[in-house]
Amino acid sequence: MCTVCGCGQGETQIEGHDHDHPHDHSHPHTHEHVHADGTVHSHPHPHSHSHSGHDHNHDGLHEYGVAHAHVHDHLHDADAMHDHALSYHPYSGDLHYGLAPARTHAPGLSQERMVKIEQDILGKNNTYAAGNRKWFAEHGMFALNLVSSPGSGKTTLLVKTIEMLKDQARVAVVEGDQQTSNDADRIRATGAPAIQVNTGKGCHLDAHMVGQALKRLDPADDSLLMIENVGNLVCPAAFDLGEAHKVVILSVTEGEDKPLKYPDMFHAADLMLLNKVDLLPYLSFDVSKCIEYARRVNPKLQVMQVSATRGDGMDEWLAWLRAGLEQARVAREQNLDLLKRRIAELEARLAAKV
Amino acid sequence: MHEMSLAEGILQIVEDAAAKQGFKRVTEVRLEIGVLSGVEIEALSFCLEVVLKGSVADGARVDLQHIPGRGYCLGCGETVPVKALYDACPHCGSYQVQATGGTEMRVKDLLVE
Repeated sequence: MCTVCGCGQGETQIEGHDHDHPHDHSHPHTHEHVHADGTVHSHPHPHSHSHSGHDHNHDGLHEYGVAHAHVHDHLHDADAMHDHALSYHPYSGDLHYGLAPARTHAPGLSQERMVKIEQDILGKNNTYAAGNRKWFAEHGMFALNLVSSPGSGKTTLLVKTIEMLKDQARVAVVEGDQQTSNDADRIRATGAPAIQVNTGKGCHLDAHMVGQALKRLDPADDSLLMIENVGNLVCPAAFDLGEAHKVVILSVTEGEDKPLKYPDMFHAADLMLLNKVDLLPYLSFDVSKCIEYARRVNPKLQVMQVSATRGDGMDEWLAWLRAGLEQARVAREQNLDLLKRRIAELEARLAAKV
Repeated sequence: MHEMSLAEGILQIVEDAAAKQGFKRVTEVRLEIGVLSGVEIEALSFCLEVVLKGSVADGARVDLQHIPGRGYCLGCGETVPVKALYDACPHCGSYQVQATGGTEMRVKDLLVE
């Protein structure tokens, strides 16, 4: 799957990875709906419009749960016949397709047949994410997916964290940005291994990109992996990378209502770092309100107030990281013990047979 | 903008099914999209139109069904309807509501020839 956005195929670049994919997608582009009468439009709901020979009407009275969004391709020939199960609105006489019991066409009128799919659209990504997660578990790694809007201070926080953890833990970093290796360069300056993934036109990292980056990064067992996602408070929320936790970073120079404006990300995260708190005296940012908004979206969200530049809250953050690292290491050792016991059992059985 | 990735994911699911089941044309793709899944329906529809062109599902109708949001209110101990992740419980007004349904995004079935 090409999991980057738009026509960014082949634009994803992972450092140290020569680009010669035999990758041959072609995307015919139609960027607007142009109707026969020349009007160009996009579709707000509720809406009502009509084409020659093809009427439909969304009156906006649907309740959630029975709402039914229809996408017609608007390229119908005026005389084209449809084999939809066609319904008429009892009052307005409007036509509605797909209200038949099967919510689709009457079977038997054509050679059409129904194929059950029942698959998660993100299934492929989730498979890769499960692979990454297994790999992290086997290597005792504590992996975090750091998400925020651009400019929240993610990279500065990372650099500071690496410096403070230097003598206690090994840290490796995957840096996601659309372009440049500036951030990976900043991380490498601290001495920590880092690899940059340029997503090209993509707006998020996906699990496959992270898997590829891991192969090249080859981080040490029992280490901390920080995946700095593309600065974007929307899309990265949907893509599991196999991490233990998503950590959302919000800086106090942003609006305190961001958790309400971008609820998906705050819902997906387990920890929120409220960064740049050293600037609070110069701002009208209401910390308690911000935390309250964030917990409306995600009642379980843990919150820490930090300043990467002045050092506030860093002890709490580092303690949280050390606890996660310890947990991952213990889990790996237990798993290893389990495997050793299993080998011993099998060898004993084999010996008994010989 | 990740709707484009989702559209690519849908196309891949359709193409995999076509390879396995040997159908030549898809006339309708039925999707179930939870209202809490963070998917912008208009954007997804637009992206699908672009992505499906030239594929086995070129010109296929896309039927998007909303799955209503549900949450578990810690205060009431009940499952309640949720329209947005920041919604309060309709019974007690508390925000201690954990989303339990409506976050899915699935290809339900295809109508093929």
